[in-house]
Amino acid sequence: MNKKTSGYVVLLAAVALLPLAGVYPIFAMKVMCYALFACAFNLLIGFTGLLSFGHAAFLGTAAYAAGHALKVWGFPPLLGIVFGTAMAALVGLVFGLLAIRRAGIYFAMITLALAQMLFFFFLQASFTGGEDGLQSVPRGTLLGLPLDNDTTLYYVVLAIFALAFWLIYRTVHSPFGQVLTSIRENEPRAISLGYDTDRFKLLAFVLSAALAGLAGATKTLVLGFATLTDALWTTSGLVILMTLVGGMGTMVGPIIGALLIIALENKIGDLGQWLAGLTGVQWFAGLGESVSLVTGLIFIICVLAFRRGLVGEAGALLERLRRRA
Amino acid sequence: MTEIFGVPLPALLGQLLLGLVNGSFYAMLSLGLAVIFGMLNIINFAHGALYMMGAFLAWMGLEYLGINYWVMLVLSPLVVGVFGLVIERLLLKWLYKLDHLYGLLLTFGITLVIEGIFRSFYGVSGQPYAVPDALAGATNLGFMILPNYRGWVVVASLVVCLAVWALIEKTSLGATLRAGTENPRLVQAFGVNVPRMVTLTYAGGVALAAFAGVLAAPILQVNSLMGSNLIITVFAVVVIGGMGSILGSILTGLGLGIVEGLTKVFYPEASSTVVFVVMAVVLLVRPAGLFGKEK
Repeated sequence: MNKKTSGYVVLLAAVALLPLAGVYPIFAMKVMCYALFACAFNLLIGFTGLLSFGHAAFLGTAAYAAGHALKVWGFPPLLGIVFGTAMAALVGLVFGLLAIRRAGIYFAMITLALAQMLFFFFLQASFTGGEDGLQSVPRGTLLGLPLDNDTTLYYVVLAIFALAFWLIYRTVHSPFGQVLTSIRENEPRAISLGYDTDRFKLLAFVLSAALAGLAGATKTLVLGFATLTDALWTTSGLVILMTLVGGMGTMVGPIIGALLIIALENKIGDLGQWLAGLTGVQWFAGLGESVSLVTGLIFIICVLAFRRGLVGEAGALLERLRRRA
Repeated sequence: MTEIFGVPLPALLGQLLLGLVNGSFYAMLSLGLAVIFGMLNIINFAHGALYMMGAFLAWMGLEYLGINYWVMLVLSPLVVGVFGLVIERLLLKWLYKLDHLYGLLLTFGITLVIEGIFRSFYGVSGQPYAVPDALAGATNLGFMILPNYRGWVVVASLVVCLAVWALIEKTSLGATLRAGTENPRLVQAFGVNVPRMVTLTYAGGVALAAFAGVLAAPILQVNSLMGSNLIITVFAVVVIGGMGSILGSILTGLGLGIVEGLTKVFYPEASSTVVFVVMAVVLLVRPAGLFGKEK
């Protein structure tokens, strides 16, 4: 076992012990879902160089599809998740076929527009419950174990996350992943080397969509609801921010980014109250209602000063120290 | 009463007019986006937020200072233009050498901040803004009732769009601008202050968005989210039209507004998605966009 693998194993063991250390399992599961979402997104932006501005579409599709399968059709939990993931992959195939016809900035605008179209569809469709969303989705049982127990579900979610992360790791470090990297670095050159880059891009897009769907379906199982927010453009922005903060094109960056942003969203109301008490400015007390103000600022700071993200900057710093030594 | 495909003519014309009004907003915003992209190589996501800001400034002017619509129609774009100037000098100018994607991300962040600020003060509920007295009421054209204000919006936006087109295509200033889009270093070598031109282009583009915002204020309710809902549709419009041609942007904007209006008459369920469907079809048939050039 090399150094890197043992590092991941230690990390996995530490995360497995979290519920025993008193970490609120729902919070930890929510972070894992968004971390997977961000890792899936990173597969495109970080390793293929495609900026999708519509990834919420896949999260939302899978969230609704899994929720519907679990609640209305009475699917067992894992089958519900698989169904949600498959639906997201299908939507990913359609979006991908359209979006890869343009490159660069247009790709981003097209994915954003297609996701918005799907959002309006969800808003009007009857199976989504409109503004209320799908509520009280049952968790069911797995191998005779009731998943209503948060700790039991925690280990199921952890297993899903670990498996998906391993899949992403293998993808990035496979010959297929190398072709994706070459597309990111120099697409015309990849074409001249004989690669049908459109097919590779489409495959990466569908894979990313399916994994984002896996995150969305799992999230529905954990939280018991799917709402329009899952498919909203702000969610697409949020996953970009998570990846950007953690570090695009790094393996663990999106996980750290997801943890930070979810924690920030949870705590920002308290932070606002505290600032209001400290400064006496009542405006701060409403900060919890306008999270976007803070996330927007982080966006601006990241783009201007930390384009490599936390993990990327840390790696660069280590590299500099090593060279000096 | 005359009917077309089972729809009474006045209702059809009413929706067509409404579509034309929306189309005018699409045209003005996509025009600004195209001009800014040409010069700065940045897709200005904040365009929607600045449109919202323009509408809000008009409302605030009337609410707090009693400044009327006509004055705000000039003042609001000026203020937003100056704000754009500051954004460009303070934030955007650091990104010109980087990948286009960073410009999109930065302006997305700016959008979130502007929206967050307005939201923290005014929430998400709409603020009503009355139609100015001079344009209140409606005119009976015989075949339809024309609400004066809507007519004014279409005429005003068309005039402004054509003025921008003339400025860019027919004046020497516009020629410099177009040259700067093609080859900024060469233009700089001829002694033109290109960075200043870039800054002013951005300011002008966002002022156009603010102008659209003031025009929209009496029709749509002024609220903090009005911009982001619009900008995504405008992105689809830009993909459909391609950003290569000024006149193309204007025509595509107006055309899609009309398509949307017609959809509202014949198949209302699809009216919010029709622009995106058109985009998908255009991508399949003519990926570079209707007026775009394949690179």
